[in-house]
Amino acid sequence: MHTPHLTYIARLADNALIHGQRLSEWCGHAPILEEDLSLANTALDHIGQARMLYTHLGQLDGSGRGEDHYAYWRDPDAFVNCVLVELPNTPPAAATATQGRDFGLTMVRQWMMGSLMVLWWEALTRSTDDTLAAIAAKSVKEARFHRQHARQWLVRLGDGTATSHARVQAAVDALWPYTRELFAPDAVEQAVTDSGVGVAPATLHAAWLADVQDALAQATLQQPPDSAFLSDGKNGHHSEHLSYLLTDLQSVARAHPEGAW
Amino acid sequence: MNQQTSGTTDTWQLWEVFVRPGPGLEHKHCGSVHAADAEQALHMAREVYTRRQEGDSIWVVPSAAITASAPVAKGELFEPAADKIYRHPTFYQLPEAVNHM
Repeated sequence: MHTPHLTYIARLADNALIHGQRLSEWCGHAPILEEDLSLANTALDHIGQARMLYTHLGQLDGSGRGEDHYAYWRDPDAFVNCVLVELPNTPPAAATATQGRDFGLTMVRQWMMGSLMVLWWEALTRSTDDTLAAIAAKSVKEARFHRQHARQWLVRLGDGTATSHARVQAAVDALWPYTRELFAPDAVEQAVTDSGVGVAPATLHAAWLADVQDALAQATLQQPPDSAFLSDGKNGHHSEHLSYLLTDLQSVARAHPEGAW
Repeated sequence: MNQQTSGTTDTWQLWEVFVRPGPGLEHKHCGSVHAADAEQALHMAREVYTRRQEGDSIWVVPSAAITASAPVAKGELFEPAADKIYRHPTFYQLPEAVNHM
């Protein structure tokens, strides 16, 4: 069953889970101890949001399935997260996923998503789906901290040394084309807007862009030109990176089905 | 760690972190963090010391701003108080009503 309501919640949940999984890859590898804790905290905030949304989904779709079903037993093409959150923590030119891990790129993504999620969760606190509104009320506080934390890093790195400036500008350039998908108008988002369950991120674009431009200016970074490229993860069309991420995420659950410890 | 990174972290200040467990209570020293400035120190302190609801307010102070007594001065600073038991208010019989003071 794939009503717009269910798909919309699945998108929010998958965004949170996949972004959380990407952030968790930093655990034990962050540039400083304090930031290691911070990244793990942020990853767990996202995974916590995903858990609430998946549980809600299992009740809404009438299947009674738990959160684990959605996280561990779906294949990549069933995931409807945006491509931005599944991209590795490495710039496109890096040789391998772990060698070229780039903290600046991770912060740029967290800031791009954080800025959107603050607006999105704020709007969703007025959802006619009471459970979703409650999840939004909890999540918006987390998102405000994520945005603030990422933004201060963006400014520090952008307005830092020549090296940090160049690296974070490269990250902004690399990720910018993937932000188009976030706001691309879509039948699912239109339907939930009409029913009062959700809000189309397209309507949040102006506010997002204003926030983003303000931060870019403070960070002395350039806004990349818009391109025609449009990713479509929210309809299940993913980059090659998602399957690797899911292999990692799902391997234990699939090796030991229904294992408990 | 490359030159650039180590050069940067070497210049980061140490900050002492004080967390208030709740309204009406005093801020208590709970540890320290490295950070480039006060704003970042607050963020780091929030992540490191208040993850388990330890408090509702944080102070950060540059460690260099704290003047500490010297360990070698312990003798003249603190030992003279050891035999001044009359400075403890334990010799006064309090009325029943205030016995838990």
